[in-house]
Amino acid sequence: MRSALVIGGGVAGIQAALDLAERGLQVYLVEKSPTIGGRMAQLDKTFPTNDCSICILAPKMIECFRHPNITLFSYSEVIGVEGVAGDFRVRVLKKPRYVDEGKCTGCGACIEACRLRGRFPNEFDEGLGRRGAIYFPFMQAVPRVPVVDKRHCLLFTKGKCGKQPACKEACEVGAIDFEQREEVIELKVGAIIVATGFDPLDPSVLREYGYGRFENVITALQYERLICASGPTRGHLQRPSDGKEPKRIAFIHCVGSRNPRAGRYYCSAVCCMHSTKEAILVKEHCPDAEVFVFYRDMRAFGKGFTEYIERAKSEYGIKYIKSDVLIEENEEHNLMIKYDERGRQRRLEVDMAVLSTLLMPRKDAKELAAVLGVKTDEFGFFEPADELLRPLDTSVPGIFAVGFCRRPMDIPESVAEGSAAAARVAELLGSLEARGEERGSEE
Amino acid sequence: MREGELRIGVFVCHCGVNIGGIVDVEAVVEYAKALPGVVHAERNLYTCSSEGLSRIRAAIKEHNLNRVVVAACTPRTHAPLFQKVCEEAGLNKYLFEFVNIREQCSWVHTHEKERATRKAMDLVRMAVAKAALLEPQEELSFEVTPSALVIGGGVAGMTAALNLASQGFDVYLVEREKELGGRLRTLASLYQTEETPEKIIQKLVKEVEGNKKIQVFQGATIKSVSGYIGNYDVLVSTEGGDIALKAGVIIVATGASVYEPPTGLYGYRKYENVITLAELEQRLKEGQLPEVRDVVFIHCVGARGQDKSYCSRICCAASIKNALRLRRRGVNVTILHRGVTMPGLEKERLYNEARGRGVIFVRYELERLPSVQRSENGRLEVTFYHEDLSVELKLETDMVVLVTPMVPNDDAKELSTMLKVSLGADGFFLEAHVKLRPVDFATDGIFLCGAAHFPKDVAESVAQALSAAARASIPLSRGYVVAEAISSVVDEKRCIGCGRCVEICPYGAIALRDVTLQLGEVVLVTKKSHINPVLCKGCGTCVAVCPVGAIDQRNFTFEQIIAALREATTTVT
Ligand SMILES: Cc1cc2nc3c(=O)[nH]c(=O)nc-3n(C[C@H](O)[C@H](O)[C@H](O)COP(=O)(O)OP(=O)(O)OC[C@H]3O[C@@H](n4cnc5c(N)ncnc54)[C@H](O)[C@@H]3O)c2cc1C
Ligand SMILES: Cc1cc2nc3c(=O)[nH]c(=O)nc-3n(C[C@H](O)[C@H](O)[C@H](O)COP(=O)(O)OP(=O)(O)OC[C@H]3O[C@@H](n4cnc5c(N)ncnc54)[C@H](O)[C@@H]3O)c2cc1C
Ligand code: SF4
Ligand code: SF4
Repeated sequence: MRSALVIGGGVAGIQAALDLAERGLQVYLVEKSPTIGGRMAQLDKTFPTNDCSICILAPKMIECFRHPNITLFSYSEVIGVEGVAGDFRVRVLKKPRYVDEGKCTGCGACIEACRLRGRFPNEFDEGLGRRGAIYFPFMQAVPRVPVVDKRHCLLFTKGKCGKQPACKEACEVGAIDFEQREEVIELKVGAIIVATGFDPLDPSVLREYGYGRFENVITALQYERLICASGPTRGHLQRPSDGKEPKRIAFIHCVGSRNPRAGRYYCSAVCCMHSTKEAILVKEHCPDAEVFVFYRDMRAFGKGFTEYIERAKSEYGIKYIKSDVLIEENEEHNLMIKYDERGRQRRLEVDMAVLSTLLMPRKDAKELAAVLGVKTDEFGFFEPADELLRPLDTSVPGIFAVGFCRRPMDIPESVAEGSAAAARVAELLGSLEARGEERGSEE
Repeated sequence: MREGELRIGVFVCHCGVNIGGIVDVEAVVEYAKALPGVVHAERNLYTCSSEGLSRIRAAIKEHNLNRVVVAACTPRTHAPLFQKVCEEAGLNKYLFEFVNIREQCSWVHTHEKERATRKAMDLVRMAVAKAALLEPQEELSFEVTPSALVIGGGVAGMTAALNLASQGFDVYLVEREKELGGRLRTLASLYQTEETPEKIIQKLVKEVEGNKKIQVFQGATIKSVSGYIGNYDVLVSTEGGDIALKAGVIIVATGASVYEPPTGLYGYRKYENVITLAELEQRLKEGQLPEVRDVVFIHCVGARGQDKSYCSRICCAASIKNALRLRRRGVNVTILHRGVTMPGLEKERLYNEARGRGVIFVRYELERLPSVQRSENGRLEVTFYHEDLSVELKLETDMVVLVTPMVPNDDAKELSTMLKVSLGADGFFLEAHVKLRPVDFATDGIFLCGAAHFPKDVAESVAQALSAAARASIPLSRGYVVAEAISSVVDEKRCIGCGRCVEICPYGAIALRDVTLQLGEVVLVTKKSHINPVLCKGCGTCVAVCPVGAIDQRNFTFEQIIAALREATTTVT
C-alpha cells in the first residue's frame, strides 16, 4: 500500500510528510492541536544562524497543506491502530472545531466579534498573551481556520451567546457550525511515522527556582514568545510583574535535568544553545542590559555552535558562570540569585530569570505508544529496536519514530530524521511490494 | 506575446476586513479600470475563495484576458493558487502578476487609510505596467537517470547505498580504500553497543556485496564529474583503469579524518606513551596496549578555540567509553576536560556510569592548559590547574591520551571543487540551509551525510544517510526534474567572458564555455558565460554582478522592472 500516516505536525513530521509526498506516496498527517508547526512555530529565532523561526517554517507548513498527496487532519488524534507493516488500519478522531474548514476563508471576523475576546490566556504564547473563545492559535496557523474553545464559549458554558452567537453573525460565509460533532475516520496505511515532539517540564515542582511563586521567573519557551515581534508584547522585553524593561537578566540551565537522584538524569541537548540565543536576543533588543548565564557544562557540539558561544561572550558581553543556583525574591519583585563561585557563596540581583527546563516527551506519549503497541523508555521516549543501525525503527516493524519524541535533538536533526523515516518507509513498502509481486507470480 | 491587443484584468481583494477595512477597494478598482491595457477590473470579498477563483476563470473567458493582475495578500501563500486558475482558463501562468496590498498597505498603514489607498493604487499601476511586458514561460522538464553515485564506503555511504538499492535504484559505491567500512574498521568498541565495530561492518559489507543493485568500486577515486541533476557523467579511476558511469544523483559520504597534534604538544611524539585517542582505539583493537596502572586523558586537544575552533561533538563520549574500558581492567583514569559534552540520554547515562565507577573528572580552562613532562622516575607527569578547587596539581601517570577532534579530509576542497559544492569555514562540506536543509547541497542533485558534514556518531550518521537517500530518491523515483522557468539567460553578444557570474552563482549553474566566432575571415575562440537552465534557480544574483549587463532574468527583465519603476516614480494625483 503506497500510503503512510504521520502523527505530529512539528518540523520533523512536516518534513517526513513532505518527503513521502514528493516520493509519490499518499500521506495522512494527524496533528493533535488546531495547527501544525509544533514548537518551532513558537520560537523567535533559531540558533546558530538566528533565522526567524516562523519565517522559515511557515512556507513548509503551507507546502504541507497544499500538497496534493497530503491530507491534513488537524485537531485530531489517533485512537486505534490494528494490522501489520504494509497493512495498518488506523482510526482517527477528529474533534469539532465548530468552524467549517471548507467554507472558512480565514478572515478573522468571528474572532473580532467574539463576546469573550481577549479573555483567556493563549496557549501558543505560553499563557502570556490573550485570546477569546474563538481564536487562531497564531497568525500563520495552518490551516488558517479558527477554533472554538468549548471550555469557555458561552454557548457551551451558559447555553447561549446573546440572541445569536456573535461569531456566527459576523461570519460572512456561514462557516461557523455549532452542529459539528466528533468524527471517527478510518484510514488504511502501509507505515506509520511518530513525530510528537516534547513538552517542557513544569518547573513549579522545583521549589528552588521559585517558578509560579515569583512573577519574574519565566520559562525559556515563555521568553521566546516575549521576545518575538508577533508575541504578546510585540517583541518588547517586559518583565511580567510590572512591565518594566529588565536591566539584568539571568538564564538558568539544566532546570530539572541532569539530576540522577530525581530520576531525570538526562540532558535535553538544546538548552545550552537556545539560552545562548535568547541571551543574545536580550542584547539585540536592549544593548545596555546585563546578561548572565548559569550553566553546568557548556554543550556546544553542533556545527558553528562553539563559535556562536564565543560570539555571545566577546561580541555581546554575555557573562557565563558555572554554577547551580537558588532563587529568592525581594519586595520589588527583583530576584536574588544565590550561586557558588569556586566554593564561595555569591549573590546576584537581577530583574528577571529565564529557566531552561528539562524537555520531556509529550504528556500523552505513553498512551499513544500503547495505542501503537510500541515500546518507550521510562520517560516516554520512543525506543529504537536497534540504536546503532536502525535508530528510527521502533519495536514494531512498520512504525518509526523521529524528532524529539525519540530523543532530545535540535531542529536540523529533527528535519534530517523526518526525511530519514521517509527513506525507511519507501524501502519497507518497496520490499513488501516486491515480495507481494514475487508471491503473485508464483501463484 | 507582444503582438496583439493587451487585455489586462485586475482583481482586487477585500480579504474581508483585512484589506477592505483600511484600503478603499472600490476606488482602487475604479482607478485600475482607467490604466492603459486594462479591459476589466473587479473586487472580490475573498479572491481566494472558490467563488473568487471562479470569477477569475470566468473573466478570463468573458473578457478574453491575456494578462491577470491580483492585488491581495502574499504571493508566498497565494500565487500558486491564482496561477493555477489562470492555467485552467488557458492562460500561461507566467502572464500573472501579484500585488501585495495587505502586508504592504493595510497592515502597515492602519492609521492612514487614505495614504494606504493611494499606495495600493501606486502598486497596482506598477504591476499593470510590468504585466504589459510579461511573456509566457515554459517549464522545461528533463529526464533523470535512475541511478546514484555514492562517494565513500563508510557506515554512512553503505547505509545510503543499501537504502537506495532496496528502493529499486542502481547504486555505484566508490571507496578510496581497498576495503569498505571507513573509520569503524579502526575502532575497538562503540559506546552504544556490546557488539564489536568489526561485526557491524561485516554485517553491512555482506549486505552491500550481496545486493545486485549495488556496484562497489574499491581502491577507486572520482576522477571527474560533469553534468547536472539527473544527468551526471562520472569518471571513476580504478586499478584496472578509468570507468565511465552515468548517475542521476550524487551522495557525498566521505567521512572525516582525525586531528594530529603537532610534535611536542603535551609531549606527543616526544614521549612514547603520549598517544591520541584514535591510536588508543587501534592499540586496544589489536591487543597492543602495554600494561598501565594510571592513565590521564586530556580532552579538546587542538579543539574549541585552539587550532580548530569547534567542538567535535563525539570525542567526550568516545573518550569516556575507553576510560570505562580501562577502568574495568582496574586502571586509574583521570579525565582533564573543559566541560563534559554528553548530551541526550545514552551519553549522559554513560557519563554517570563513568563517575560511578570512579573515573575522575577534572576541569581545566583554555587560559591554563595542562602540561606533560617526564617524571623523575621515568614515568609521565601531568601538571594541571584544578579549576573547581583553584589549585595547581601534579599527577604521575603511565600514559597520556590526547583526545583530538575529527577534522575534514585533506582532499575535501578538491572534491568540493569537482562537484561545485561548498565547504564551510570549518572545512566540512556545507549544506544548503543549516536549519531546514541539513543533507541537501545548494546545488540540486547532490546530497551529503555522515562525518563529511560534521563530526557525528554512527547512529547520527545512519540517520543522516537515510535522510540523504530519501532526498535523493525523490528525483530518481519521479524520473524527471522540472527546471525553474524564471531562470536567467546570457546574451552572448554582450558577454565579455569575465566569469564573475560563475563565481557568484550559489547554485553552480554557470560555466564559461568556448564559443567560436566568425568575424569575416577571422575565426576566434573566446570564452562566453552559459547558464544551465536546469540548475538555475532564478535568484538573479548573476544579473546584478554582470559588469556589462549581459544577463537578464526571465519575468524580471530590465525592461519589465524599469517599466514598473518608472510608474513608481511618476507622481499621480
Ligand atoms: C525554548 C526552546 C528554544 C529552542 N530553540 C531552538 C533553536 O533555536 N534551534 C533549534 O534547532 N532548536 C531549538 N529548540 C528545539 C526545537 O524546538 C526542537 O528540536 C523541535 O521543535 C523538535 O521538533 P519535533 O517536530 O520533533 O517536535 P515538536 O516541535 O514538539 O512537534 C510535535 C508536534 O506533534 C504534535 N503532537 C503531539 N502529540 C500528538 C499526538 N498524540 N497526536 C498528534 N499530534 C501530536 C504537537 O502538537 C506538535 O505539533 C528549542 C527548544 C526550546 C524548548
Ligand atoms: C577515535 C574515534 C572513536 C569513535 N568512537 C565512536 C563510538 O564509540 N561510537 C560511535 O557511534 N561513533 C564513534 N566514532 C565516530 C564514527 O567513527 C563515525 O561516526 C563514523 O565513522 C562516520 O561514518 P562515515 O561513513 O560518515 O565516515 P567514515 O567512517 O570516515 O567513512 C568514510 C569513507 O569514505 C572514504 N573516502 C573518503 N574520501 C573519499 C574519496 N574522495 N573517494 C572515495 N572514498 C573516500 C573513506 O576511505 C572511508 O571509507 C568514533 C570516531 C573516532 C575518530
Ligand atoms: S468569520 Fe468565518 S470565514 Fe472568517 S475566519 Fe471566522 S469562520 Fe472563517
Ligand atoms: S539567476 Fe542565480 S541561480 Fe540562476 S544563474 Fe544567476 S546566480 Fe545562478
